[in-house]
Amino acid sequence: MALVEIENVHKRLGGSDILRGISLKVDAGEVVCLLGASGSGKTTLLRCINHLETIDQGEIKVAGELVGYARGADGKLRAERDRLTAAKRARIGMVFQRFNLFAHLTALENVTEAPVQVLGMSPDAARRRALDLLASVGLEKKAELYPHELSGGQQQRVAIARALAMEPRLMLFDEPTSALDPELVGEVLETMRRLADGGMTMIVVTHEMSFAREVADRVVMMADGQVVEAAPPEQLFSAPAHPRTQAFLARILAAN
Amino acid sequence: MVFDSKAFFDILFSTMFIMPALTTLGITMVAMALAILLGFGGAMAALSGVRPLRWLAHCYLGFFRGVPVLVQIVFWYNAIPVLTGNAINLPALIAGTIALGLNEGAYMTEIIRSGLIAVDPGQREAARALGMTRPQAMRRIVMPQALRIIVPPTGNQFIAMLKTTSLLFAIAVPEIFSTGTNIYSQNFKYFEVLAVVSIWYLALTALLTTVQKAVERRLGARKNTRRLAIPAGEHG
Ligand SMILES: Nc1ncnc2c1ncn2[C@@H]1O[C@H](COP(=O)(O)OP(=O)(O)OP(=O)(O)O)[C@@H](O)[C@H]1O
Ligand SMILES: [Mg+2]
Repeated sequence: MALVEIENVHKRLGGSDILRGISLKVDAGEVVCLLGASGSGKTTLLRCINHLETIDQGEIKVAGELVGYARGADGKLRAERDRLTAAKRARIGMVFQRFNLFAHLTALENVTEAPVQVLGMSPDAARRRALDLLASVGLEKKAELYPHELSGGQQQRVAIARALAMEPRLMLFDEPTSALDPELVGEVLETMRRLADGGMTMIVVTHEMSFAREVADRVVMMADGQVVEAAPPEQLFSAPAHPRTQAFLARILAAN
Repeated sequence: MVFDSKAFFDILFSTMFIMPALTTLGITMVAMALAILLGFGGAMAALSGVRPLRWLAHCYLGFFRGVPVLVQIVFWYNAIPVLTGNAINLPALIAGTIALGLNEGAYMTEIIRSGLIAVDPGQREAARALGMTRPQAMRRIVMPQALRIIVPPTGNQFIAMLKTTSLLFAIAVPEIFSTGTNIYSQNFKYFEVLAVVSIWYLALTALLTTVQKAVERRLGARKNTRRLAIPAGEHG
């Protein structure tokens, strides 16, 4: 059974249709890269998966469960209690374009906060685990620093460690390197690559074609709120079938 | 005009103003505590997704900003007993403190609301994405960062409140100013009495300012959201 099942999802925002019938399945352990022009709905789709955004039509299941909704006796979906949604979200990691590290907490406290507050882990255990995680992203020496004292690449690696501290079964990445200076992109991609090698299920919005080519199991092309093409990277990059994919890749290659 | 320096120093060094000064300080503290509680409630309501709550907050702000606080004070002391057929007949001290606190709550609502919306929405998003409930995200992530924005203007409100308590002379609360009016209506030494009254207010203001600075320094010492460049080696 697929870990993530997205079924005919529609979403309107600010009076226009942002997602127009998206369907996508992601298997456990699979790495899926989402491509698409600006405004095609990639961020919106990620935010629907962990219910930071409501869905107007269709449904999304993660590990067989709806997130943010419960099915009533009449078969219709209704909003779920915040507490239940929060508990499901806790198992879905999310990494943001702008890092969003908690500005009033040190790197270490950023990583221990949710395990202690949400999972009820003891501060000592959370601290030990956080130090291990920070070491795994190469930041054990930066544990006591505040976010504004870290480089962008370091902040994003702390953000990844923070998400991993919740032992997620799925990680969502929204352009994790596009706010970084070019020389800092590599260290973040390297961290993500090791995560993928470790078997993590990942959905990654990225414009890093080499990452998509080398790490993704499948690349999904979105345009105007729809999935226009989904294929293994070697196929999608060498022989894109859809005109939108061809145009998109041509533009990306020209830009590089 | 002659300045009666003997009268001035007699009044200044008498014990007449000690209880009134404590009364003024007490009213200030209790009214501000009430205002801060109301302010948190009001700000939550103003920012909530529930339309009637936002509307309620809106009315609260509009009403208390639009009606002079002196009118509110007299209302609580003189009009409420009549309206309720004496079922509610509060002592002047309590009626006055409630009136000041309710009125100030409107201003604290605005201060706390703007502190909360100044925090980057990405902070709440990240907290929610990690599985925190709404109240957890507010208490653990948003509020600590908002506090650094809220504390300095709140300190100023304390000092403004200290001076506004003088309006309670209208309902004969024995605070500093009304004590002064009692004295000068007997000895007609307006200038000397008002000079002493002013010195007492200045002294209390200086006291509050010292506390304010200390609190701000403590918050600043935990260097949080502030994006100041901090010299290497000074962190942690
Ligand atoms: N809260 C909102 N209200 C109104 N419109 C919105 C909102 N959020 C996003 N949109 C619009 O939805 C469209 C899709 O946005 P989305 O952020 O999902 O695109 P994206 O594929 O992630 O683009 P990018 O590559 O620029 O990040 C955009 O046109 C955007 O302007
Ligand atoms: Mg986006």
